[in-house]
Amino acid sequence: MADLRTEFIGIKSPNPFWLASAPPTDKEYNVVRAFKAGWGGVVWKTLGEDPAVVNVNGPRYGAIHGKDRQLIGLNNIELITDRPLEVNLREIKQVKRDWPDRALVVSLMVPCEEENWINILRKVEDTGADGVELNFGCPHGMSERGMGSAVGQVPEYIEMVTRWVKQHSRMPCIVKLTPNITDVRKPAQAAKAGGADAVSLINTINSIMGVDLDVMSPSPVIDGKGAHGGYCGPAVKPIALNMVGEIARDPATYGLPISAIGGITTWRDAAEFMALGAGTAQVCTAAMTYGFRIVEDMITGLSDWMDEKGYTSVDQFVGRAVPNMSDWQYLNLNYIAKAKINQDLCIECGRCHIACEDTSHQAITNMVDGQRKFEVIDEECVGCNLCVNVCPVENCITMEAMAPGSIDPRTKKVVEKDYANWTTHPNNPMAVREAAE
Amino acid sequence: MIANLPEIYMTQTKAGPDIAAGRLPDDAYAENFGDLHPLLDPHEAAVEADRCYFCYDAPCMQACPTSIDIPQFIRQIATGNPTGSAKTIFSQNILGGMCARVCPTETLCEQVCVREVAEGKPVKIGQLQRYATDHYMAENDTTPFQRGAPTGKKVAVVGAGPAGLSCAHRLAVHGHEVTLFDAREKAGGLNEYGIASYKSVDDFAAREAEFILSIGGIELKTGMRLGDDLDLDRLRTEYDAVFLGIGLGGVNALGVPGEDKEGALDAVDYIADLRQAKDLSRLPVGRRVVVIGGGMTAVDIAVQTRLLGAEDVTIAYRRGQDRMNASEYEQHLAQTNGVKILTWAQPRTLVGENGALSAIELERTQEQDGSLAGTGEIITLPADMVFKAVGQKLVQTGLEEKLTLERGRIVVGPDRKTSLDDVWAGGDCVLDGEDLTVAAVEDGKIAAESINASLSA
Repeated sequence: MADLRTEFIGIKSPNPFWLASAPPTDKEYNVVRAFKAGWGGVVWKTLGEDPAVVNVNGPRYGAIHGKDRQLIGLNNIELITDRPLEVNLREIKQVKRDWPDRALVVSLMVPCEEENWINILRKVEDTGADGVELNFGCPHGMSERGMGSAVGQVPEYIEMVTRWVKQHSRMPCIVKLTPNITDVRKPAQAAKAGGADAVSLINTINSIMGVDLDVMSPSPVIDGKGAHGGYCGPAVKPIALNMVGEIARDPATYGLPISAIGGITTWRDAAEFMALGAGTAQVCTAAMTYGFRIVEDMITGLSDWMDEKGYTSVDQFVGRAVPNMSDWQYLNLNYIAKAKINQDLCIECGRCHIACEDTSHQAITNMVDGQRKFEVIDEECVGCNLCVNVCPVENCITMEAMAPGSIDPRTKKVVEKDYANWTTHPNNPMAVREAAE
Repeated sequence: MIANLPEIYMTQTKAGPDIAAGRLPDDAYAENFGDLHPLLDPHEAAVEADRCYFCYDAPCMQACPTSIDIPQFIRQIATGNPTGSAKTIFSQNILGGMCARVCPTETLCEQVCVREVAEGKPVKIGQLQRYATDHYMAENDTTPFQRGAPTGKKVAVVGAGPAGLSCAHRLAVHGHEVTLFDAREKAGGLNEYGIASYKSVDDFAAREAEFILSIGGIELKTGMRLGDDLDLDRLRTEYDAVFLGIGLGGVNALGVPGEDKEGALDAVDYIADLRQAKDLSRLPVGRRVVVIGGGMTAVDIAVQTRLLGAEDVTIAYRRGQDRMNASEYEQHLAQTNGVKILTWAQPRTLVGENGALSAIELERTQEQDGSLAGTGEIITLPADMVFKAVGQKLVQTGLEEKLTLERGRIVVGPDRKTSLDDVWAGGDCVLDGEDLTVAAVEDGKIAAESINASLSA
């Protein structure tokens, strides 16, 4: 079995699976259950100053479901912990003492005054917690009070607060970023400039889950009104992957440790985030959907996959996909692929045809010699992959690369073997010209 | 009451046939004759609808005799629009509710469903159709169609079965004044009197007929039989057009000795009595039952006699099981209900004493040079009842002198017009009729359009 032990900014955990700062980590009771179930670490639900915040007493969550009630996306309007600070600190201390091998990071959010941060950092340090995570991401409620994402949206504030934390505490510091920005690299750079040991992302995305058409109010409806909440769950994974990858490959933050958050539901999701540079994987919605026991398969699934691939420790694959995350302008324009339909697997639903016919390139037949048959017309196929994505049968339609030297039936041009991208393309007005010019 | 039933039912002796009512505990009847496929609940319907791939030029739609836009109505269920879904169905098939219950979907839409091809589990099109149509009929008192502005034209529709109801409804949509005649007491035809009870529970056939007639402009006259109470020539004089959807009122005989014995019954008659019975525990049934035939009626009678408490029920069919007209699904239904299917056996003699039945002698058969022949080997099955389910025939009542018939059926063109210019026909009574409710509905619909075109010309 592969070694799943993780050391992330000096914080050790038996596996890279941490529970994210959220309702599942609000209390000793839950956290102990999580540790018993096998979670490698937790980020304790965000602490603030007394008096504790209050939460709404109506619905706090909304969801998007698949037809069989698969939970695809979840949003919430919970605030930070609504329990007294002392209670949380006491429980944190006890849990860390009882579970020394697990990572225990404490999430924090206090007003943007140095004294406030000094004050709370001192208290957290006393608990023996492994580190702190600065919650600069919460998009509802707290942001209206100048905290959470209100800080995370201003790189200067991120840098300022991070600097205070590093100055006044010896604890490792993770800065949790909000996705509700235009370019996630800027807040990450600010965190690094402020001395952060790591960033974690993404926090939840501003969202309205739906509109109740009877009440005519955004849902979930609280006494006739709704407010935006933070979106998470499987639906946000692609957004999170991109943001994690952008930070991982940005020269300004290259090498900055990342703890990934955003729709991680399975070991494979975690492996993907780790391949894009994350050292640990934080989970919330999946645990809130299925309970803590899902970590069992996350552990064995990741381990089995690593064995299969020959990785003996997680650091051997962390970041391995980062060099291959590129920009559009560097993609090889000489690479030519054509869709190919495996007629033995085809069930003749015709979805590829109608998708291509109505919305794309008219490159798939519906009839051949008077028979219902779906075949790719290579002369029209641009290799867009839409048919692959709408086909209900896995691997029925594949994208086949054309061999260099052959003729593309669509363009009638020879498939070049050499790499060439947009930066040198003749149609590009900004193209790099030959020196001779 | 049941034709041909021996007096001995009520005064059974040891030596006589064992035919009795009330073979089961009282509460067993409701359970046995409950809905074969209970209505999907909204979640089941949503999940099942989501399985549909919304195929391009969908094979299911091609396979539906009434060309219902199946992908569209399923999508409408999936999007939470069951009312729109029902309208999509009814626009092609006003008897969509009954067809959802009785169509042999496994040989029509569901057979060609790409999910059937892919995984052997088609989308449950029939059950989804029922979900939508039941929803609509529960929420609305009338069909989604308006009676057209009166044209002043009168049409006689003879036979209020699926073909006649479909035709009458479409004619009303076009604004023609329809008189709908039926020989029986109630409208519905085989929906009311024929199909198996567990396929149409809660008086659905009557409710559907009422739903269809609610469009208005259709006057129902029951107890009027062509040949007895109605004369085709007079109808032709009194109405601008005539549609015949008279079904097949006659039953084929076995043509073997002993067929007149008490206890040798026509399956369709017994089923009609069963369908109309107020209390099934009072319907007498034999302990040992043999059914002759291989179609849907054979299965319907066999399964229902089992459900009434018959101990030993055998379907005897003269060819192999693959040649039975009853679909594979129906054959399985019979077998899972404990009906034995005996193949390659044809009736020779119905045996009994004093006019009462005690057994049936069957001869083994085989195929020789493509034709069926007896082998001479005789099997004797004890039987208290033998049901004839070897097909029905047109009761001609002088029609043959007025219309072109072929092989005992009315000949019609693609527009369902007969050899007479003002007479159309459809359903089981026409040549090459498919013996399916849904095909009858289509006949009625096509005929109505043709009649409308003719009357509007």
